[in-house]
Amino acid sequence: MNAFNRLLSSAALGLAVGLTSFAAVAETPANMLVIANRIDDITTIDPAQSFEFAGSDVSRNIYSKLVNFDPLNLDAGYQPDLAESWTVSEDGRTITFTMREGVKFHSGNPVRAEDVEFSLRRVVTLNKTPSFILTQFGFTAENVGETIVADGNTISITTDKRYATSFVLNCLTATIGGIVDKEVVMANEVDGDLGNNWLATNSAGSGPYILQGWKPNESVTLVSNPGYFGGAPAMERVIVRHVQESATQRLMLERGDIDVARNLNPEDIAGAREADGVAIDDELRGRLMYISVNQKHPELAKPEVRQAIKYLVDYEGMQNSFLNGQYTIHQNFLPRTYLGAVDENPFSLNVEKAKELLASVGVGPFEIEVGVREAQERIEIAQSLQNTFAQAGITLNITVGTAKAILGRYRARELDMYMGAWGPDYPDPHTNAGTFAYNPDNSDEAGATGLLAYRNAWDTGGLTEKVAAAVVESDRDTRAKMYADIQSEFRDIAPFAILFQKIEQTGRNEAVQNLNLGGAITAVSYWPVTK
Amino acid sequence: MRATFLTLGSIIVTMLGLIFVTFIIGRVMPIDPVLAIVGEQASKSTYDAAYEQLGLDRPIIVQFGLYVWDVIHGDFGKSLLTARPVADDIKRVFPATLELATIGVFAGIVLGVPLGVIAAVKRGSWIDQVARVIALVGYSMPIFWLGLMGLLVFYGILGWVGGPGRVGIFYVDIVPSVTGMILVDSILDRNWVVFKDALSHIVLPASLLGYYSLAYISRMTRSFMLEQLSAEYITTARVKGMSENAVIWRHAFKNIRVQLITVIALSYANLLEGSVLTEIIFSWPGIGSYITTALLSADMSAVMGGTVVVGLIFILLNIFSDLLYKVFDPRAK
Repeated sequence: MNAFNRLLSSAALGLAVGLTSFAAVAETPANMLVIANRIDDITTIDPAQSFEFAGSDVSRNIYSKLVNFDPLNLDAGYQPDLAESWTVSEDGRTITFTMREGVKFHSGNPVRAEDVEFSLRRVVTLNKTPSFILTQFGFTAENVGETIVADGNTISITTDKRYATSFVLNCLTATIGGIVDKEVVMANEVDGDLGNNWLATNSAGSGPYILQGWKPNESVTLVSNPGYFGGAPAMERVIVRHVQESATQRLMLERGDIDVARNLNPEDIAGAREADGVAIDDELRGRLMYISVNQKHPELAKPEVRQAIKYLVDYEGMQNSFLNGQYTIHQNFLPRTYLGAVDENPFSLNVEKAKELLASVGVGPFEIEVGVREAQERIEIAQSLQNTFAQAGITLNITVGTAKAILGRYRARELDMYMGAWGPDYPDPHTNAGTFAYNPDNSDEAGATGLLAYRNAWDTGGLTEKVAAAVVESDRDTRAKMYADIQSEFRDIAPFAILFQKIEQTGRNEAVQNLNLGGAITAVSYWPVTK
Repeated sequence: MRATFLTLGSIIVTMLGLIFVTFIIGRVMPIDPVLAIVGEQASKSTYDAAYEQLGLDRPIIVQFGLYVWDVIHGDFGKSLLTARPVADDIKRVFPATLELATIGVFAGIVLGVPLGVIAAVKRGSWIDQVARVIALVGYSMPIFWLGLMGLLVFYGILGWVGGPGRVGIFYVDIVPSVTGMILVDSILDRNWVVFKDALSHIVLPASLLGYYSLAYISRMTRSFMLEQLSAEYITTARVKGMSENAVIWRHAFKNIRVQLITVIALSYANLLEGSVLTEIIFSWPGIGSYITTALLSADMSAVMGGTVVVGLIFILLNIFSDLLYKVFDPRAK
């Protein structure tokens, strides 16, 4: 849809809705939750492979894990789930979990330590994209026989060195930590794929919901697991329907055909706010918008120029105009609500100060190229930057391209500047610290393209060591303090300007209670929902 | 017999050409299918494994040969997005489009043909003006906007029709899928509740498509008719004292049937592949939205499979209209 059509339709809808009230609305059944969402990113629901938002949403409700977040109290951090308790060995390398008794899979099979052993080893052996969340602890296909071991009612995992226990446990709450039913999965194995093909479209979990059907780009249907150890969910069926357009989602919400609309744009949010029986929720998510400058560029490598760039961003102007309500200013690499997150945002648009900084190192007008992927809001951000940069004599040439074109150049360290977004991979501060402020080998040969610091050719000036120290610190409070310190230094010296954190705005039927999308750290939970 | 072989030969050549072009486009597009599968964060070993799994490490000519071989066997590969064989996906989504387009084009014919005829007969009258305005609006209004307005008025405000999707959420998966077309399946199942609900969902998107084909069909009908009505034999017939009705329908209309068939076949083919926006607005899980989603996600096997199927439909409809030509037009024999 082009911008003109979108504008036209929003304007017309707004006008029409303003003039008239809707006909008597339908109502979804009291024991059924119906959600409109864009679910075309689901490619598989195998917990060892699923790494997209909508897929994680499904997975979180189907699979229990050793430890998990309580949706009604996310701030409390990880809590016992299939593991009742755990102990850590003296050298800090082995965590031994004791399994909760009497829990059953959807198939009726008991959940055993052996299933946990199978599930975690499976992640490592399959080596799919999210497997790094486990393999970063030194697990390999060769050593899982000794490092992930079930013994009776306990399961032990032994890491290659000492890490903060909170780091390991946080990683186990990610989607890859979902425990699958070994018997059922192996009965569906084809050509040694450990059930990967079968689990892509079927489920074998012990969570509050059972997958009834997933029709790609159409719908996901879940039915409740009455035997769930945490109690049977109130919503007996949950249907997530793929509805692409914001305006359509809004119509369905206001008609009462759906309970929740998850992809409303700012115009439709504003419109839906006026509707009877509809409530709008704002929830902070983990996604960050940022810009970064390549340290191979002679001018951009100067600390004063990096600083100046942070004063050449119209944070407030963007937040209050086209990002209206969907992003909030945030200048730190840990999203708010993460362990160690801080909310100091010292930078604001200050062209004079930027000019002074540039003049202090004798940098005259210069020209750079910024790479942006084709997405409306990112292009608008780049245009705003182009305007403010020009005021200090920096000419910003915007190159818009596909993911392959732009990311390819970014990863090859060829872009002067990148305007992009980053979402945390797992709910531990190391996920972002490890990519923004960690770069042990800055040489071209290192090829560490997964690290954002590396992509900008930034030798982190000592932060790499601090990040490495924080990830092994066992005291939670000390660890949080360490990340706060790292971020304070990062704000000053990094070639990154973190700009915004995502806010997800959801339209909901007022009757729906306790729907938690998972905040910045996890995915949506349907089981506490009532209406 | 020889003609049949020639037709068959030209189908095969056209299909091979189509497969070749889609294959090449798939390869030169600035999209990395591997990155699309494994994502930005994948390690090098994960990336390499997926690269090999897709067979991208082989010479391109070998890849093409293997692809043609698979397509001949009805195998379009596996979709990255849905984790299922593309052929299965197409079997699932195609009936949804077929159902929608068939009703749409049927509405277009039933309303468009008489409208075109009357407009031609009453050339310059108010009916002709109205027909022209209808066609003009049909051509110039963005389908997207019209669809949303339709939803807003008939679903949102009046509540006369069902909302987006093929059936209401409570009726999903209630009737067993035999043909994949819900209207037909619910009749087979004698489930009138689902039939009624499905009908209330299809009426709006099908009307929208019907309107677009009506605009095209009525204009073409009008110009074909005008051509006939100015011909000499019509004057002769009138002079002979034949009734006006007989002149129009038995003489003039009979002579434009053949041309109309081509127009209708084209219109139908357009609806079958070009209803993308309608499918998106109405969350209609058909082949148009399937190919679009696949394209946006670099799911190249799905894009290629979908394109080949759509191409095949075009070719078949062309052959079909050629055959009808031969049946109706004695000169073509």
